[in-house]
Amino acid sequence: MAEVKQIGGFTPSGVVYKATELPEATDKTHKDLGLSKQQLLEMYNQMFLQRRFEERSAQMYQKGKFGGFLHLYMGQEAISTAAVQVLNDDDDIITAYRDHGFGLVRGISAKAGMAELFGKATGCSNGKGGSMHFFNTKEHFWGGHAIVGAHIPLGTGIAFANKYQNNNRIAVTFFGDGAVDQGSFHESLNLANLWKLPVIYVVENNGYSMGTAVNRHTATEIYKRARAYDMKSDKVNGMDLFTMIEKFREVVDYVRENSEPYLLEVRTYRYRGHSMSDPATYRTKEELEEFHNIDPIERLKDYMTSHHVASKKEIQEITDKVEQEVLEAIDFADESDFPELEDIYNHVYAEDLDYNFIR
Amino acid sequence: MAELQFREAIRAAIREEMSRDDRVFIMGEEVAEYNGAYKVTQGLLDEFGGQRTIDTPISELGFAGIGVGAAMNGLRPIVEFMTFNFAVVGMDQIINNAAKIRYMSGGQVTLPIVFRGPNASAGQLAATHSVAYESLYSQYPGLKVIYASQPADAKGLLKSAIRDDNPIIFLESEQMYGMKQEVPDEDEYLIPIGKAAVKREGSDVTIVAHGKMYHVATQAAQQLAKDGVEVEIIDPRTIKPFDIETVVKSIQKTNRCVIVDESHPFCGVAAEVGFQIQREAFDYLDAPVQRVTLPDAPAPYAKNLFDAWFPSPKQVIEAVNTVTYRN
Repeated sequence: MAEVKQIGGFTPSGVVYKATELPEATDKTHKDLGLSKQQLLEMYNQMFLQRRFEERSAQMYQKGKFGGFLHLYMGQEAISTAAVQVLNDDDDIITAYRDHGFGLVRGISAKAGMAELFGKATGCSNGKGGSMHFFNTKEHFWGGHAIVGAHIPLGTGIAFANKYQNNNRIAVTFFGDGAVDQGSFHESLNLANLWKLPVIYVVENNGYSMGTAVNRHTATEIYKRARAYDMKSDKVNGMDLFTMIEKFREVVDYVRENSEPYLLEVRTYRYRGHSMSDPATYRTKEELEEFHNIDPIERLKDYMTSHHVASKKEIQEITDKVEQEVLEAIDFADESDFPELEDIYNHVYAEDLDYNFIR
Repeated sequence: MAELQFREAIRAAIREEMSRDDRVFIMGEEVAEYNGAYKVTQGLLDEFGGQRTIDTPISELGFAGIGVGAAMNGLRPIVEFMTFNFAVVGMDQIINNAAKIRYMSGGQVTLPIVFRGPNASAGQLAATHSVAYESLYSQYPGLKVIYASQPADAKGLLKSAIRDDNPIIFLESEQMYGMKQEVPDEDEYLIPIGKAAVKREGSDVTIVAHGKMYHVATQAAQQLAKDGVEVEIIDPRTIKPFDIETVVKSIQKTNRCVIVDESHPFCGVAAEVGFQIQREAFDYLDAPVQRVTLPDAPAPYAKNLFDAWFPSPKQVIEAVNTVTYRN
């Protein structure tokens, strides 16, 4: 763990030199991993779409185009991208409130995502959820959830239902390092291993639980917590796409084959503050710079050109296409209608507007 | 028809619905091997096996959430809380997740789940084991809340609840589990959620009383009848959605109303029902609506304090005397 200056009291405080230590990245090539040029370009497309969508979202937020909270995933895109690359399309994904990336790789279009941010009826949750509550259940994306740790039992329950129905699907529950201190995390891990549920708990350890560095909020390295529940676990470098794919394959195969849970701690980094109102004064410029230098998207681009997988031109074409796609999404969101006022009452109950509301 | 205890009526509803639909299962503390802390689930493990009758650890937050997740993903869980006093530990899953995920997803998620177990006081168990939760859960849009007072209602309403596509809070009572009543045994014996029942007809005063309070009201009504006061008792059965129409119809006849409610007074069920009555039946009232509730204090342990704390037939009679100006 990183060194922390102790100043006494109950909270270890002071300068955090480095929030999280990265495990080694894999030295495998795309060929070693059996990945085609097409797949690499597709993943570049997905990663850059997540990045550009959020950069533009931040601009739109600052322009006052929408309100609420906006938590950006930038820096962590290798994780969502590797997950959908490895998982079957009908495997289940649930995540916390930093959810745009997962939505975009699980079938939510840039248009439907941007419209949701703008609170429009055409949004992926009909304008009812906003940034923190993207959903696309048809493609097994069970949402963004905004009470820290509260969706960990949900992911466990989704896995329970898969096992009950014996459908060979697994459920992957993503959450931040801040969630591991909640009781819902511990109760879920205990129940999941007690009942041998096919669920992967993925901690996206981005170094900070809001503004509290990971070594100021967890008494042990996170992946070690699984040992208390006799559960398999490991840590992995989340800044490198190939490393994530390699590790996810191993974990997904294990969980599907054995119907057993697994705790995977992914070490990663978020470039922006916790939310748009956070200037991130709790970390150093040097630390941010260090992670920018190993940016997963730049790394993939460099790999593709240096290994002659794709030309700069081919990559630029995708870059331009994504840029256009996001600009069109902004226009779409801007031009879409807000929900009808009657929609206040819609989707509260399964009966929708036929329920006998008190009015 | 067979005479069943309250617990047997609930068990019959669970058995019939589990037989009818493989997606229905029950989980909770001691529901399987122990045969239920209050024997509601007796025999279900033998009949349906451990795949569908599932013992949980004492882990309300965990298993309540697993229930919600399972409901999102195609199952129809019945989650038993040993009492609703313990459900408080898992309430985040009910109030933030079960009640709101359909809404926040723009209607993409359906959540057919029943949370059931005993509610409110059960004698001298002191403050944390004696809370009536119907007013609290009724506050949150997305939930339906049922609190039956008799075995036949319990069976018909629980069957409807298990078939309903919404998260439902189904409240029972340790003190009612042994009560007996003739209960229909046909498979399609369903009581609609949100419909009150006129359980005693009378022309002088309307009493609205649900759950255990229905029995307190009945005792008061018998006493009052000896004095020539005929009480009409409405058992709402479902707290949310609340059947105000049946109450208003009764008040149009009696012009007087007393609400008996096991909640504390502030923001309790009686507070909301009283408001709705003044709005919907103001012109029919010959006296202000009165209510009998718990005091604004937690449950005490000492016998004399507990007896004074718990709503009594005597208090109901006094309230009836007030609205009929017989004091």
